[in-house]
Amino acid sequence: MSVRIEIDGRIIEAKAGDDLLSVCLSHGIDVPYFCWHGALGSLGACRQCAVRVYSGPDDATGKIVMSCMTPATDGLRVSVADPEASNFRARVIEWLMVNHPHDCPVCEEAGSCHLQDMTVATGHNERRYRFDKRTHRNQDLGPLLTHEMNRCIACYRCTRFYRDYAGGRDLDAFGAHDNVYFGRAEDGVLESPFAGNLAEVCPTGVFNDKGWSHDYARKWDMRAAPSICPHCAVGCNLFVSERDGRVRRVQNRYHGALNGYFLCDRGRFGPLHVVSPQRFTAPQIAGAVVSEHDAVVAARAAIEQGAIGIGSPRASLEANYALRKLVGAERFFAGVSDAEAKLVRRIVEILRAGPGQIATLSEIEACDAVLVLGEDLTNVAPRIALSLRQTARGAERALATQKGVAHWLDQAVRTAGEGRRSPIVLATPAPDALDDVASLSLRLDPLSIAAFGDAVATALAGGDAPNKAVNIANVLAASERPLIIAGASLGAAQIVEAAAAIVAALGTKARIVLIAPEANSLGLALLGGDGVEAAAAALEADVARNVIVLENELFERAPRGAVDRLFAAATTVVALDALTTEISARADVALPVAAFSESAGTFVNYEGRAQRFFAAVQPQEYAPASWRRLAALGAGDWATLDAIIKDLIADQPELVGVVGAAPDASCSCAHGKIARAPRPLSAHTADDRAGRDPAATPKPDPDSPLSFGMEGARGADVPAALLTGYETHGLHSANAVTRFEEEIGGPLRGGDPGARLFKQGDAALSPAAPFAPIDGHGPLLVPLDDVFSGSETGRASALLAARAPAPRLLLHPDDAAALGLAECASVMLDGVACAAPLTLEPKLARGVVAVSVGKLLPRGPLRRVVVEAAR
Amino acid sequence: MIGWLEALFRVGRKLAAKTVTVQYPEVKPKLPPRSRGRIVLTRDPDGQERCVACNLCAVACPVGCIDLSKAVAEDGRWYPEHFRINFARCIFCGYCEEACPTAAIQLTPDFELSEWRRDALVYDKQDLLIAGQGKVRGYRYWSVAGKAIAGKDKGEAEHEAPPVDLKGLRP
Ligand code: SF4
Ligand code: SF4
Ligand code: SF4
Ligand code: SF4
Ligand code: FES
Repeated sequence: MSVRIEIDGRIIEAKAGDDLLSVCLSHGIDVPYFCWHGALGSLGACRQCAVRVYSGPDDATGKIVMSCMTPATDGLRVSVADPEASNFRARVIEWLMVNHPHDCPVCEEAGSCHLQDMTVATGHNERRYRFDKRTHRNQDLGPLLTHEMNRCIACYRCTRFYRDYAGGRDLDAFGAHDNVYFGRAEDGVLESPFAGNLAEVCPTGVFNDKGWSHDYARKWDMRAAPSICPHCAVGCNLFVSERDGRVRRVQNRYHGALNGYFLCDRGRFGPLHVVSPQRFTAPQIAGAVVSEHDAVVAARAAIEQGAIGIGSPRASLEANYALRKLVGAERFFAGVSDAEAKLVRRIVEILRAGPGQIATLSEIEACDAVLVLGEDLTNVAPRIALSLRQTARGAERALATQKGVAHWLDQAVRTAGEGRRSPIVLATPAPDALDDVASLSLRLDPLSIAAFGDAVATALAGGDAPNKAVNIANVLAASERPLIIAGASLGAAQIVEAAAAIVAALGTKARIVLIAPEANSLGLALLGGDGVEAAAAALEADVARNVIVLENELFERAPRGAVDRLFAAATTVVALDALTTEISARADVALPVAAFSESAGTFVNYEGRAQRFFAAVQPQEYAPASWRRLAALGAGDWATLDAIIKDLIADQPELVGVVGAAPDASCSCAHGKIARAPRPLSAHTADDRAGRDPAATPKPDPDSPLSFGMEGARGADVPAALLTGYETHGLHSANAVTRFEEEIGGPLRGGDPGARLFKQGDAALSPAAPFAPIDGHGPLLVPLDDVFSGSETGRASALLAARAPAPRLLLHPDDAAALGLAECASVMLDGVACAAPLTLEPKLARGVVAVSVGKLLPRGPLRRVVVEAAR
Repeated sequence: MIGWLEALFRVGRKLAAKTVTVQYPEVKPKLPPRSRGRIVLTRDPDGQERCVACNLCAVACPVGCIDLSKAVAEDGRWYPEHFRINFARCIFCGYCEEACPTAAIQLTPDFELSEWRRDALVYDKQDLLIAGQGKVRGYRYWSVAGKAIAGKDKGEAEHEAPPVDLKGLRP
């Protein structure tokens, strides 16, 4: 229902019951505020958002209220410009600044500081307070965040986000009255994997990105480009900012259906792998640096002799396609184990077939019953875990709504909701960070998880099943929007099939999320191709003599034996990568390519949403985009990204949606190209160029409608997929995003970016292939993921590495006792010594051994391993 | 005819007037201290670099000829790792000086900046940083800033109360 209100003479249609501040902001009316936040709701703590409201046409006096705490009701008359209200706001900010340090010049926030913006907006420009400033001591909060408590204005956004929204426990408000302090009980690392968001949530310079501070550039000095997180299958949208050709910082780029206002720390700090010393920069032949020319000649020769190609789930769709084109579809292989390639292809098939609708993150938050099968969400797809924490509050929100409490009164909703929780059932092998919001946590081994899922499906279909499964089936059946989450992280096709069976039994009301292992796993699966074992077999069968490996540390993704076979069978191994890996070091010919921050391309996320990322940094001559390198090696005649996409959809018409992921390079806005650089960009004439140096003029970017220069469109003129920042007059911080949302928390103006490639019911689901037998004996191997680690790219980021735990090996104490192993014992897995000592974990499922994946073991299909004491 | 005579008279009168032409470069002009010429980076009364690399001058500069980047010294101070001004582009408007919150960057009356080569007009930090305080005497940004540095803890800046004891019991 909508209501009409009048704001300073302007008649505005608003959703009934929304708070007045949201209404103003989404209609472009500036009301200063601090404690209100689009995702955290209203609190009424800062008193900054005062306006005058008149109850009706006859009310001439009106009263001053906090707009964030006032619902929009029909016929309301509001004055933002009212002199008394303006004066009230100016006085409030004067109070807030009473203790504020004289820090702006040495504050990272300055230039994109909400407090600065609001101070300027209210007109407070002279200090009248003559007394001393209250001071606080700072804390060391670990490698990711800075802490400068004196700058706090006590808006409580940090604790509301950290504790209430993200479920963290170790950040709190201490003290009272004007002494109130936001920090930990004692110095130490902020534990939550979402802590990095504090840098954006805090409207002042208390919390800031420590990595950025170490390699600092002011916001007005950085170019930014729209990008996609390359670190998991969720595909959160990012701004990647650079100065002097070096990526300095990553920030959240709002996406209404996906990441909203928040990222996880892997997505915020992981992409800085592009500035790691592990970057691969010079072409090599047999480990020795050679000229670009020699390396390319050698690679060409290898291709002419016949080569197979091995793609990668971390390379773009275009790069993988270029490789497939170069070697031919029958010689193209996915750079993962056979089992994973098959499993992800099956995931695509299930998603396409329906009947379950693929849930976006915002839809996940609206589901009213959830069953998670096998996925350790916080470590595998962290942003989904954050959404699930909001899903858990669904029942609380429903009760509060019933009692007439507005949804934006977050604290009141918590009280009125009486702590109710929507049912969330976790069936996972290891203790889960989401256990605190789950109504039921089952610790089961992977096969039992699948069996349990099957039992739920059977119960839903009316068959005989154990009580527990029947209960859960009843809850799912009774709910309006049940959600089933499963994925590939345990390498068990059985679990994915069980999830599909439950969804099939629930019918069209069901929502489904199937999590693929990596950022572009689905994109790779859409191009087809078997795994590494098949590739090794092809080489052994003399299909070709050589192999080209695209952006892939194969030892992470496929059994070591298979990769070794590959190296043994190939005459020449050509590797293309942006990072030095074991593969690039062992390859006969290695060629550097651009990282995701230096090239444009497309990733397909867990929803089947094709999302385009763009170069933040001008690519180096020695490291062109992979697909450009492959084109130069003979894959095709593509000068631009649009050209290769055109060929891709001609070859594979079902991928036609990829075109729509973002406007093509010919798109131009009101002021021509879209500017990555802010205006003015400082220092652009600081070096002597005298019109002679060609580097003085930024190179054109053939792959996007974005320019590296200052000239061009920005802000509201730009299509949502191409936003380079929230450029708004007078607003410089991330809070300006409200100007770009259709409604608060809703889609971006012009629609959320990305193109969904799957339509439910596209294809009928073929019956599941028989599962590969799980032979041998010993416990089942459970790969342990970690949010601070991820794959080889995540580990190359120094910031993330500083937070990554040591590799772990876990056994249930009883299982360990049966094997005669004690805590800290050295252990052998399948006869190979494991680098991590044994930890006994009483909360682990029985019959499994959990091992840090990537660091100690590659990903792979579900299997049993023999665990024994090291000799 | 009268016009002719008048003109002759007017010009002729100048023969006896005092000359205003200065024989530059033999005679140096004496410019007021606030005239805007070559830019310097000054130090505070303790001889510490004043510039905290806040980048305000760089963004205020209408031609964009200032380039610097922030680093942090061991004692916690921010300072410019490099600082470059291209005097071939500078228009001596003084905006940088006006924007500077620490009185570090100052224009001086020295206008003799001719060079044979353009790139000699690009001044780096060692060319800009002088030993003294320049026109602004006595100002120390760090003693008014809230950020702690070695030797100036929290609560020790001007107009600061000692840090709050959060574990104290007093209201
Ligand atoms: S928080 Fe904002 S207002 Fe405060 S010192 Fe930092 S930039 Fe200045
Ligand atoms: S630390 Fe930042 S977010 Fe937290 S209360 Fe203070 S100003 Fe608000
Ligand atoms: S005087 Fe003007 S043009 Fe010269 S550096 Fe300063 S701001 Fe730039
Ligand atoms: S404005 Fe002053 S303190 Fe800031 S960078 Fe320029 S010279 Fe340094
Ligand atoms: S935003 Fe309304 S009181 Fe803080």
